Amino acid sequence: MEIFGISVPALAGQLLIGLFNGAFYALLSLGLAVIFGMLRIINFAHGAFYMLGAFSAYMLSAYLEASFWVSLLIVPLILAALAAVLERSMLQRLAGLDPLYGLLLTFGFALILEGGMQYVFGVAGQPYSPPASLSGASNLGFMFMPHYRAFVIVVSLIVCFGTWLLIERTKIGSILRAATENPSLSEVFGLNVPVLITATYAFGAALAGIAGIMAAPVFQVSPYMGSNLIIVVFAVVVIGGMGSIMGAIISGFALGLVEGLTKVIYSEASNVVVFVIMAIVLYFRPAGLFGKDA
Amino acid sequence: MSNTTTHVPGPAQSLPSARVLKLAAFAILAVVLLVAPAVLYPVFLMKILCFALFASALNLLLGYTGLLSFGHATFFGGGAYFTAYCVKILDVGPLTGILIGVGGAAVLGLAIGVIAIRRQGIYFAMTTLALSQLAYFCFLRAPFTNAEDGIQNVPRGTLLGIFDLTDHVTMYFFVLTVFAIGMFTIWRIVTSPFGEVVKAIRENEQRAISLGYNVNRYKLSVFTVSAALAGLAGSTKALVFQIATLTDVSWQMSGEAILMALLGGLGTLTGPAAGATVIVTMQNYLAATSVPVNVVIGVVFVISVLLFRKGIVGVFQKFSKAP
Repeated sequence: MEIFGISVPALAGQLLIGLFNGAFYALLSLGLAVIFGMLRIINFAHGAFYMLGAFSAYMLSAYLEASFWVSLLIVPLILAALAAVLERSMLQRLAGLDPLYGLLLTFGFALILEGGMQYVFGVAGQPYSPPASLSGASNLGFMFMPHYRAFVIVVSLIVCFGTWLLIERTKIGSILRAATENPSLSEVFGLNVPVLITATYAFGAALAGIAGIMAAPVFQVSPYMGSNLIIVVFAVVVIGGMGSIMGAIISGFALGLVEGLTKVIYSEASNVVVFVIMAIVLYFRPAGLFGKDA
Repeated sequence: MSNTTTHVPGPAQSLPSARVLKLAAFAILAVVLLVAPAVLYPVFLMKILCFALFASALNLLLGYTGLLSFGHATFFGGGAYFTAYCVKILDVGPLTGILIGVGGAAVLGLAIGVIAIRRQGIYFAMTTLALSQLAYFCFLRAPFTNAEDGIQNVPRGTLLGIFDLTDHVTMYFFVLTVFAIGMFTIWRIVTSPFGEVVKAIRENEQRAISLGYNVNRYKLSVFTVSAALAGLAGSTKALVFQIATLTDVSWQMSGEAILMALLGGLGTLTGPAAGATVIVTMQNYLAATSVPVNVVIGVVFVISVLLFRKGIVGVFQKFSKAP
C-alpha cells in the first residue's frame, strides 16, 4: 500500500509524530495567546517555563519519587506559583510602557532560568521514563500507535479545548475578556484587574508546565530544550495571529502535521518549513490566518 | 537630540559650553582609543570595537526607528561567514572580503526586511526572530559553512599590500578605522533629514504616514543599512578572531546586541558602544570564573529593563541637562 510512493505505515507514523509535535505547539502557542490577550506582552520566558516543567517532573521523580500522575498535577501548580511571583514582583511594573519592554524582561527571565539550570545540571539531558501504564503500543492494522503519544495528543486536545471553553463560554472568561477590553471600566465595576492579570500569567505558565512534563519522557530533559522550540512556537503564533484562542490551537496542530508531512516528502526542509510558511503568510496576509489586527 | 536642530540663539549661553564639553569628551575618547593598545590587550579591544559597532547598528533600528529586531545576528554572523569564506577559500584581500560581507549582509537585510516590516511592534520582533532562525538553519546546512566546525583559520592578510594585519596592533588600528567609519555613517544618518523622518516614524507612525511619507520605504532602508553595518561588524570580527561560527548567527547573539544597546542607552549615539564595553568586559572577567555568564547577562537584562531604561548614556545626559 503506497501513497506518493511512500508506504502508508511510514506516512501514518510521520503524521502521528507531526500531530504529537503539534500537541506541544498548540499548548505553548495557546499559553502565549492567553497571556498576550490579557497582558499585551509576548512571554519570551515561555520556553523556559516549558523546560522548568520538564525539570520539575524530573526532580520530583528523582528526589521525592513522585509518580508521573502526581507530577502531572503538581508541576503546573509549581509553574503557576513561580509565574505569579515573577509577575507580581517585576512584570507588573512595566504596565503602561511599550510592550517591547515586557518582551525584553521575559527574555531576561529566560536567560536566568536556562543559565541557572545549566549551572546546576549541565547541558546533558536527564532521563525521565513514562509511566508503565502508558508504555507499549497497539497495532492499528496500518501502523503502530505508541500509547504514550496518543495520551499526549488526547491530553493536549482536552486542555486546549477546555481552555477555549473556559475563556469563550464561561463567566470567568467573560470577566477576563471584559478586563482586557477595558481595564479601567472593569475596575469601576469592582473587578480586581491586577489579580486577574497575575492569574492569567500564572495560567499561561501552567499550560507551559503541562507541556513540559509531557515532553519529559520523550525528549531529553535539558536546560535549552525550550529555547529552540519557543522560536518555532513564535512562528506558529505569527501564522495564526495572536488575537484568537482557537487560531492558536488550530495552527499549532496544523503546523505540527505539516512538519510531519514535510519529513516524509523532503526531510531536509522539515526544520524550516514552519518559518517558510510564516514568511509566505506574512507576505500575503500580514494579520495572520486568524488575526484581525494588521 | 532634536534641540540641536530647533534651538533658537538666545540669551542662554549654556549651549556653546555644552558643545565645547562634547568636543572635549570626543577628543579624550579619541586619545584613549589611540593609546589603548599600549595598555590593554589589542584583541580584547578589537572585540569591544566590533561589538560596539554591532550594537550601534542595532540601535539605529531599535533606538532611532523604534523597531526591535530580534534577528540581527543573521547579518552579523552572515557578514562573518561571507568574509571568512571569501578571504580563506577565494583568497581575496581583507578589504574586498569585508566589502563582500557587508554587501551580503545588506542583501540578507533587504530580503528579511521586506517580510518583517509588514508587521509592527512585537510581531516585528517575533518575525525577525523566526526569520533569523530560518537563516540559522540555512547556514547550518549550507555547504560552505562547515556546519558545527565553522570556518576556521581565516587569514587576516595584508591590507592594500602594505599593512601586515597579522600584527595585533596594526590590526587594531584597522579595526578602529572600520569602527570610526561605521559610527560616522550612523551619525550622518541620524543627523540627516532622512534621520529626522525615521525618528518621526518612531514617535508617531500614523502621523508620519498622514504627512505623506512612505513609511515602509523608510523602514526598509533603515533596516537594510542597519543590517549592512551589523555585517560590517561581523566581517571585521571574522578577521580579528579568524573564525566564523554558528554562534555568530544564533539568537543568543541577537539578544546580546539588544542588551548592549539597552544597557548603554537606546537612541543615543554613544550608548551602545558604552553598553558593549561593559558587557564584553564583564564576559571576559566572568569567563575566568565559575559564575554562569548567561545568568549574569539575564540579571543585567532584568535590571536594565526594570530600573535603567534610559541606559548609561541616557542617565549621563539627564545629569548634564539637569542644571
